[in-house]
Amino acid sequence: MSQYLLLLLSTALVNNVVLVKFLGLCPFMGISKKVDTAISMGLATTFVMTMASASCWMLEHWLLAPLGIEYLRILVYILVIAAVVQFTEMVVRKTNPSLYQVLGIYLPLITTNCAVLGIPLLTTQEHLPFVAGLLYGFGSAVGFSLVLALFAGLRERLALAQVPSVFVGAPVGFITASLLALAFMGFAGLVSH
Amino acid sequence: MNLLNRFQPRGGVHPAGRKDLSADRPIRALPLPERLFVPLQQHVGAAATPVVAVGDQVLKGQLIAAGQGTISAPVHAPTSGRVVALGDYAAPHPSGLPVPTLTLESDGEDRWSDAAIPADPFALAPDEIARRVGAAGIVGLGGAAFPSAVKLNISRKSGVDTLIINGGECEPYLTCDDRLMREQAEGIVAGIRLIHHAVGTQRALVGIEDNKPEAIAAMRAAALGTDIQVVAVPAMYPMGWDKQLTRALIGKEVPAGGRSADIGVLVHNVATAYAVHQAVALGRPLVSRIVTVSGGAVKTPCNLEVPIGTPAQDLFDYCGGFTAPPARLVMGGPMMGHELPATHIPVVKGTSGVLALTHAEIGRPEPAPCIRCSTCVRACPVGLLPLEMATRIRAADLDAAIGLGLKDCIACGSCSYVCPAHIPLVHYFNYAKGELSARERAKLKQEATKKLADDRSARMERIAREREEAAARRRAAKEAAEAAKKAAEVTA
Amino acid sequence: MLIAVFSLTTLGLVLGLLLGYASRRLAVEGNALVEEIQAILPGSQCGQCGFPGCAGAAQALADGNAPITLCPPGGREVVSALSAKLGIEVNLADVAETMPMTAEVREELCIGCTRCYKVCPTDAIMGAAKHIHAVFREACTACGKCVEACPTEALALHPAPITLQSWYWHKPEERMAA
Repeated sequence: MSQYLLLLLSTALVNNVVLVKFLGLCPFMGISKKVDTAISMGLATTFVMTMASASCWMLEHWLLAPLGIEYLRILVYILVIAAVVQFTEMVVRKTNPSLYQVLGIYLPLITTNCAVLGIPLLTTQEHLPFVAGLLYGFGSAVGFSLVLALFAGLRERLALAQVPSVFVGAPVGFITASLLALAFMGFAGLVSH
Repeated sequence: MNLLNRFQPRGGVHPAGRKDLSADRPIRALPLPERLFVPLQQHVGAAATPVVAVGDQVLKGQLIAAGQGTISAPVHAPTSGRVVALGDYAAPHPSGLPVPTLTLESDGEDRWSDAAIPADPFALAPDEIARRVGAAGIVGLGGAAFPSAVKLNISRKSGVDTLIINGGECEPYLTCDDRLMREQAEGIVAGIRLIHHAVGTQRALVGIEDNKPEAIAAMRAAALGTDIQVVAVPAMYPMGWDKQLTRALIGKEVPAGGRSADIGVLVHNVATAYAVHQAVALGRPLVSRIVTVSGGAVKTPCNLEVPIGTPAQDLFDYCGGFTAPPARLVMGGPMMGHELPATHIPVVKGTSGVLALTHAEIGRPEPAPCIRCSTCVRACPVGLLPLEMATRIRAADLDAAIGLGLKDCIACGSCSYVCPAHIPLVHYFNYAKGELSARERAKLKQEATKKLADDRSARMERIAREREEAAARRRAAKEAAEAAKKAAEVTA
Repeated sequence: MLIAVFSLTTLGLVLGLLLGYASRRLAVEGNALVEEIQAILPGSQCGQCGFPGCAGAAQALADGNAPITLCPPGGREVVSALSAKLGIEVNLADVAETMPMTAEVREELCIGCTRCYKVCPTDAIMGAAKHIHAVFREACTACGKCVEACPTEALALHPAPITLQSWYWHKPEERMAA
């Protein structure tokens, strides 16, 4: 049990997918202007990432490995991820049209979110068993959502600050992101072997 | 009595009083000006409608405009003379926009109209006192100009038990209430007793800042033998804010968005109490008020009894004019008053002072960035976060500012006064409140026009349908007639 | 090789079928967003935005084919409501530049032809044949339809007069050193 907890902690905080592995930076900068939107995006990505981890694990172990066609891995993974994203998009559109509008292009772009493809690939690379793989995906997604929400909160405050004109907009956003990344480095010693 | 002083006021600042300029000058009556410009709206609520026409002769105290609706106040002729104009004139407002104003030419006789004086005003029924206060056009003379009769009626209905008379006068420069308390303490006490009687309160407290010892002594002497308590409160700004004074006197706080009546308190200004006495006991409507003329640029600052509608220029002239060109003219106190765009603007019921300030007095350096020192938070008497509200307003996020309590801001200016970076905080809040009410008005208008548009399209559809039906009926009638004709031909 | 082709095809087919089924189940009738947007718009069908009526504008907004500042009669109130609904950031200060306008009749030019009040979407013009018409400022949305209809150019849009009720402090200037 404690090993699963450690896995969650390690993926969400210590090896945070955005700030330590630098994956999924596109939505991190794109959908972080408002906390509400960021949380919704985080939830959608969490769903996609967890589903993708699970289904990719199954395909890897039950289809690709038995048939010896591991070279099709990326192709197959992308196919599955795209399907899950399509499904998510339909659900969001049905349940919350204005959120669908707000997320805009970033919702279908979850497909090309490198974190979403990267995590299943890493799971495979690490040869994790099913439950651990699922938790790996879920933990990473939680880490992604957490950082997205944190950064959105920072940017909401940043919008009120009187920033020197050369830094207004993206530059000060990047500086803040780097400071946040520095802060996440502090988690490095959290889990010791 | 000292027990009552244990309640600590919140926030507040201690600006230089500058009251010594005019505090020792007895009230003098301003010589009658030639022309008086009496705005029809000098109070909160609906404007009064004129009941006289151009050319009419009026007597002092005669009704010239009647109140409209529940929250309004009538206007009376400040002197005897002739109505020479009824039109737009610059308003006593920072914008100086024209407002409906009645112009009166004085005949120099200053003849009062006859008024019924009750033998014993305390024998009058409470609602009769309130009616007389309303008919005399009395509004809050502290500056808010809320119709006093409305306040009396609300308080009586909601069972208010404490009457607080505001003698705080915390604004720098102003000494009109101070002088009135020193010179007319008996009249004020009589007015307080009338309000006391009209509302049926259990106790009456007069709160006076401790920087006016003469006024406290005079009021205590006049209140001897009555159940009115005169209490000295620490001098600080804004002690004259009714809720701050309430807190200092009885330790109760009015809830956010609430009124004093919610905690069983009625607050009136000393000058209002005096006006109530004049109106009810002597039958004199509110046609003049005490105005402090002060400021570094005025030659001899003083307190004047001024007929309502006198242009500010006449007041400055009487005080010997300016010693130096004033850098800014202010109507009211320097903290909450507003800039006077020109000197031909008239004194109204809510004008407590007209000030001519020099550069040295207003000197305000350029604003610098906020250093988040939170001095403004400590100064805010309401307990808000001025710096946070102002940043949100600057970023055009008014909803967030409302969430921080923008609507509870009383615009007292304490935050702007103490800000070491000279950020015009209260200006931001005034702007935001104006912007919010403009949005509210736009929203109401949009709802109204949307309904009009819907009604119109429904009507157009109905008309088209009716026309079609009428055409169908006509066609049917025509066919029937033709058929009948044919049938007749066949039978023939 | 064949295995790869076969397995990918099967996978694609299965996923396609699943998605097809899901899209049937989760089909959205109409666009709920269009109705929500239409409720925000003034509804006077003035056509100033360049779309036929408010329904057309709402559709265009929902499709992202129109800026949220498209509605002149709606003013800042509508812009901020749309901004919140659609998550499009807009600087309200830029929108504020447009003054509230109302139509006004120049009495010396009006011939009492009644054309203007027939086209007014909010019944804001009063008048009768051969009588000078007048505009109710409270009901006028400044849509400009009457201006187009007027044969003598007696009608024009003017900034709504500022009164003591509508006046308020301007926003403090920002004089911040960068």
